Amino acid sequence: MISVLQFGGSNCDRDAVRALAHLGVDAERVWFEDGLPEETDGIVLPGGFSYGDYLRAGAMAARAPVMREVRERAANGTPVLGICNGAQIGCEAGLTPGAFTTNASARFQCEHVHLRVENADTPWTAAYDEGDVVMFPIAHGEGRFEATDEELARLDEEDRVLFRYCDSAGNVTDAANPNGSKGNVAGVLGERDTVAVLLPHPERATLPDLHVGTDGQGVLRGFSA
Amino acid sequence: MTAYTATVTVRLKEGVLDPEAETTKRALERLGFELDGLRSADRFEVDVDADSSEAAAARADEMAERLLANPTIHDYDVDVVER
Repeated sequence: MISVLQFGGSNCDRDAVRALAHLGVDAERVWFEDGLPEETDGIVLPGGFSYGDYLRAGAMAARAPVMREVRERAANGTPVLGICNGAQIGCEAGLTPGAFTTNASARFQCEHVHLRVENADTPWTAAYDEGDVVMFPIAHGEGRFEATDEELARLDEEDRVLFRYCDSAGNVTDAANPNGSKGNVAGVLGERDTVAVLLPHPERATLPDLHVGTDGQGVLRGFSA
Repeated sequence: MTAYTATVTVRLKEGVLDPEAETTKRALERLGFELDGLRSADRFEVDVDADSSEAAAARADEMAERLLANPTIHDYDVDVVER
């Protein structure tokens, strides 16, 4: 069962469960204070505004006791996917490198963006080919990826950048970078490729009746791999 | 044990873009102020009892390392006074 961890202030937990159910993946919401159920074989850190984004987005949830369990599971190979606020939590918890901070525009941005698949050899991107362009929605105020030049170079070298913001033709440009993310990075892998975070919302581009396309299905299929 | 207040100031590392500070600067300029730059920081005042100011500083330092600052983007400093 995939445990979708619901913190106080999470608001994409139901979306994630519905999107996974649509793909035939058994998923349930789990309240963060209850701890991970024994039968957990995958974890979603969903989007939202856990702890009201106090201090920094994701900072509080990342220190909640349940995250110790998440880190242990992640280290043992359980797939973990952080989406939007879940990505901020993942970076704050040290599951993934870098940090997500205030958009360069200083605005909350809610729009559809194009992403280029940078590494198709992961559970999260096996449904795509490297260089494929997909369209996901974003909705965040603190999505600007930050890392030192050396860290980013290391991530590139280790092929741990999952997606980059690009235009519809797949060109990675400043104009196609919605939030000022360093290197246009939209999603990264942890130490193992079973752990990934991304700011855009694959679960909002999964159900066919939402009319935003179904490009996000590939990411969620990482749980059925 | 002595009562101390440890002030932890957390700021973005030099070179890390601060869109909120930029926006604040522009708003001040719209109000007619002349300024060359503006930086913002978060300040936490933590009341602790400790054996010495060094011990109080060490505890505040650990608080910054583990929660108050994010080492990827922040620098911080700690200042301790008796209260």
